[in-house]
Amino acid sequence: MTSMNVYLDNSATTKVDPLVVEAMLPFFTERFGNPSSIHSKGVEAREAVEVAREQVAKLINAKPSEIVFTSGGTESDNLAIIGAATAVHSADSSKNAVVCSNVEHPAVLNPCKGLASSGFSFSEAKVNPSGILELSEAQKHISSKTAVASIMLANNEIGSIQPVTAVAKLCHENGTLMHTDAVQAVGKIPIDVRKLDVDLLSLASHKFHGPKGVGALFIRDGVNIKPIFGGGGQERALRSGTENVPGIVGLGNAAEIARENLSADIEKMGKLRDRLIEGLSTLPRTFLNGDRNQRLPNNVNYRFLGVEGEALITLLDGEGICASTGSACSSKKLKASHVLTALGLADWEAHGSLRLTLSRFTTKEEVEYALEKIPQAVSTLRRMSPVWAKLERGEKIEDVKDGQHVH
Amino acid sequence: MLRMASTYTEKVMEHFKNPKNMGEMKDADGKGEVGNPSCGDVMSVYIKVKDNRIADISFQTFGCVAAVATSSMVTELAKGKTLDEAMKLSRADVAESLGGLPPIKMHCSNLAADALHEAILDYRKRNGIA
Repeated sequence: MTSMNVYLDNSATTKVDPLVVEAMLPFFTERFGNPSSIHSKGVEAREAVEVAREQVAKLINAKPSEIVFTSGGTESDNLAIIGAATAVHSADSSKNAVVCSNVEHPAVLNPCKGLASSGFSFSEAKVNPSGILELSEAQKHISSKTAVASIMLANNEIGSIQPVTAVAKLCHENGTLMHTDAVQAVGKIPIDVRKLDVDLLSLASHKFHGPKGVGALFIRDGVNIKPIFGGGGQERALRSGTENVPGIVGLGNAAEIARENLSADIEKMGKLRDRLIEGLSTLPRTFLNGDRNQRLPNNVNYRFLGVEGEALITLLDGEGICASTGSACSSKKLKASHVLTALGLADWEAHGSLRLTLSRFTTKEEVEYALEKIPQAVSTLRRMSPVWAKLERGEKIEDVKDGQHVH
Repeated sequence: MLRMASTYTEKVMEHFKNPKNMGEMKDADGKGEVGNPSCGDVMSVYIKVKDNRIADISFQTFGCVAAVATSSMVTELAKGKTLDEAMKLSRADVAESLGGLPPIKMHCSNLAADALHEAILDYRKRNGIA
């Protein structure tokens, strides 16, 4: 097979759908108005923003009045958690705790830690070895003292889908606001905020073929949160700052396309995911990270023992395949992924993980090409790996903990 | 064309893609292993010694691109050198020969030189040389 360009990193970001780009373009040039202006240029921009609000609302079965536009997933998560925790606490000072799972994205973990340093108590509920939060564990953390709990709908690394509805019920029994980070779930599974029964839900446009730099926060009618930005009072004073009109139009169009294609996309991506899982499962000492069934249809995450992730990604990149790793050496940190170690994996096992994430645009040919190249790259690295040699000889690999990090 | 190479020099990518002297040496006179699988880096260096010189050398590495490249480079630098000369090869020498490493990766080159030194110490220990 000749060289191909195969993008299998759609949980990092996706290609913007050309139809979305086309819809956005007039809002940079002819229809550039500020939605807050009273004149006709302002009115046409305002109308476009409101159409997008309806499109986003429809995708998750919300009302348009429940959608606030933001700059993306990180801002939505911060606004939800900080805004809800401070609002709840100022109404009832006994509510001084925040809870999230131990596999949340840093955009959730870090605002929780920030609240912890400003006087809230904070605890992390632990997922089971397949990456799922069990209700009994959530019950240990969520109490009448909890102001807000944040449990992601689907995990960004291992694609595990959390029992959000059950946790939301638990939250509401305790007078706790429930937030879910649905950034990875939108366009991959059906989302209905009424069925989920959440109070707050974050989404990001660029994860489902919209532009970067725009997202939304669903805030259930009747739920009060405090803004984190002071300014001109846009978005019902919850998110000041002139609206990113082209971005919002792009998000709206991406939401509409995602909704129209959802069933077909789920089926298509699911088949390709299953083909990847099946194809890679035959490699020795190779294990699927995350739950096999409660899993996004576009996520595959395998660990290849004896291999280091950054080296693997680099070899695959040389073959035209873009993928990502749970290994840390590829990022600015040298620590193993907190999601993979939360599954109970040793750091050395976590380092050899590869994440492949699909989109509506992924083809069967691309998947077959990846299935040809990945085993070759794994085998190249295993041939040079002393850890692999030890595993082959039946020796045990000792996991030395971080305290003894010698570098 | 590897665009990821932007964080690494061409020399690093060359050694990563075509590592020199890679593989286990069954009849080595000395073996050094350093690193920590938890951190994602383990390196083994094997040497054959003749007339107080490194006559042959090979490596095995579990680690990132820089770890593989520095291992490969250290074997190239050490080959043919006297044991004393090889003991003086430093992490800085290895990094410099590769045209530099990203600052966060400097620990990897540290390990490559350390593994070589360990292999020489192992050889000396086996042969009763202080």
